[in-house]
Amino acid sequence: MNPFQFTRVTTPKAAISAVTKESGTYFLAGGTNLIDLMKREVILPERLVDINRLPLATIEKTATGLRIGAMAKNAAVADNELVKKHVPLLSQALNAGASAQLRNMATVGGNMMQRTRCPYFYDPSMPCNKRSPVQAGPDKGRANGPSGCGAIGGHNRMHAIFGASNKCIAVHPSDMCIALVALDATVNVSGPKGDRTIPFSEFHRLPGDLPQKDNTLLPGELIMSVDLPTNRFADNSYYLKVRDRASYAFALLSVGVGIDMKRGTIQDVRLAMGGVAHKPWRLTAAEAFLKGKPATEANFKQAATLAMQGAKGYGENDFKLTLAPNAIVDALKTATKTA
Amino acid sequence: MNDTENLDSELGNSTSSRRIFLKQSSALAALAMTPPTAVAAVNTGIQEKIATALEQMPLRLTINGKVQQLSIEPRVTLLDLLREQLHLTGTKKGCDHGQCGACTVHVDGARVNSCLTLAMTTEGCTVTTIEGLTVGDPATTLLHPMQEAFIKHDGFQCGYCTPGQIMSAVACIREGHANTPEEVREYMSGNICRCGAYANIVNAIMDVKKKGARV
Repeated sequence: MNPFQFTRVTTPKAAISAVTKESGTYFLAGGTNLIDLMKREVILPERLVDINRLPLATIEKTATGLRIGAMAKNAAVADNELVKKHVPLLSQALNAGASAQLRNMATVGGNMMQRTRCPYFYDPSMPCNKRSPVQAGPDKGRANGPSGCGAIGGHNRMHAIFGASNKCIAVHPSDMCIALVALDATVNVSGPKGDRTIPFSEFHRLPGDLPQKDNTLLPGELIMSVDLPTNRFADNSYYLKVRDRASYAFALLSVGVGIDMKRGTIQDVRLAMGGVAHKPWRLTAAEAFLKGKPATEANFKQAATLAMQGAKGYGENDFKLTLAPNAIVDALKTATKTA
Repeated sequence: MNDTENLDSELGNSTSSRRIFLKQSSALAALAMTPPTAVAAVNTGIQEKIATALEQMPLRLTINGKVQQLSIEPRVTLLDLLREQLHLTGTKKGCDHGQCGACTVHVDGARVNSCLTLAMTTEGCTVTTIEGLTVGDPATTLLHPMQEAFIKHDGFQCGYCTPGQIMSAVACIREGHANTPEEVREYMSGNICRCGAYANIVNAIMDVKKKGARV
């Protein structure tokens, strides 16, 4: 691993100041993704600011729902009684991700900040616009690999079918974030210019012409907590994850569902998919269609068809165009207990 | 202390950047070293050595019941600290990328991948490795019940993943995630066994769980 400077902080204010002070400075939380990327020389920080001592790990009830501190460990959130009772979809999604060891290390904020698992991004000898947005020349210091997108026309079985660009077809790998976008979470951040709240659906972004930018955080901003509004989805929640092995693998794709059901009718519904786009993918057209309709397979199929509008395969991932609507129907059936 | 002073003390030795330091140190190295033709060749190595000597940071933690006062480079992982500096080689380096679980240890009671844990982040923590599983337990003098169960059920072949499997298995029971074989399989999925001893590993864990031995 390349050498770097190390700073330990105990207050958010000190963390933000430290990361703003010099370029090449990164926050270090659980480290499960950042340390891996540093070992592979995908990211080469000059300084790490260890934020593990910040008092941001509380999970508490608020007037409007639940607040989860950014430094709460994934395992602590998944096993929390408030979370299991009020937002079981979040608990299910967290437990579907990674391993018990990694969930003991990874934090809520870090999970949101994790980078794509696209193999071209992970290999500095391969072209990648996300890792190397500008080709580094011999006079620009260390080249971090060639630019271009290796996955377009390359091995892209794991890649996006929604919202990709001609610069990048990578997907966001998180399970937790699928639950959070489905449950209308908001993200509280603090930065050099003050505090602000970001709707979860606007936290991550599509690649467009700036694939190096995963999210809408401004320089120096620190994730403080995530708020989840009260909902009526707890009784009919389900997280379906389709992957190459039964556990401990990233999603080929996943579906998060929360439904407010009354006598077989869908009063309200939240639907989101993982493993299909550069950001957690909310299925708003399918939600709008299902609202007020009876929970029948025919309606689920029509919702899935609506959800798939605009989907595009890139070769090896064409199977997702069939797998995705099937998974949506399957998840809806399980969540409504009509399977 | 006001906020600025707080920040300064937290930032510690941040005033001179490593890049500037390396430029200075290589100039010093060039002066010190003869003959001049050798300078270029050894320059990189010297830079690394000087940087290593000066970039050590203090670290205090408890490992297997023993307080350790150490001086380490920030880039050292907990795994490398255990194996290379403290010679606790029971903890294994498998993939070194958090994908296999061979490096599993307990930090403040929680099982983690030591290969993805920077040692500096364990300041003040209590670390337990396979060597320390029975330390401080007067009831167990030789082997931990989980170690005995792995032997009894033949829960390994080559044995390389075994220390990680055992550390993970002990945590699995302590967490309350060992109630059924299915649950054990799910919560042990972070430990890969290339020999495929999975069935026997599950049997060993279920045996310890059923006997209610104190783990």
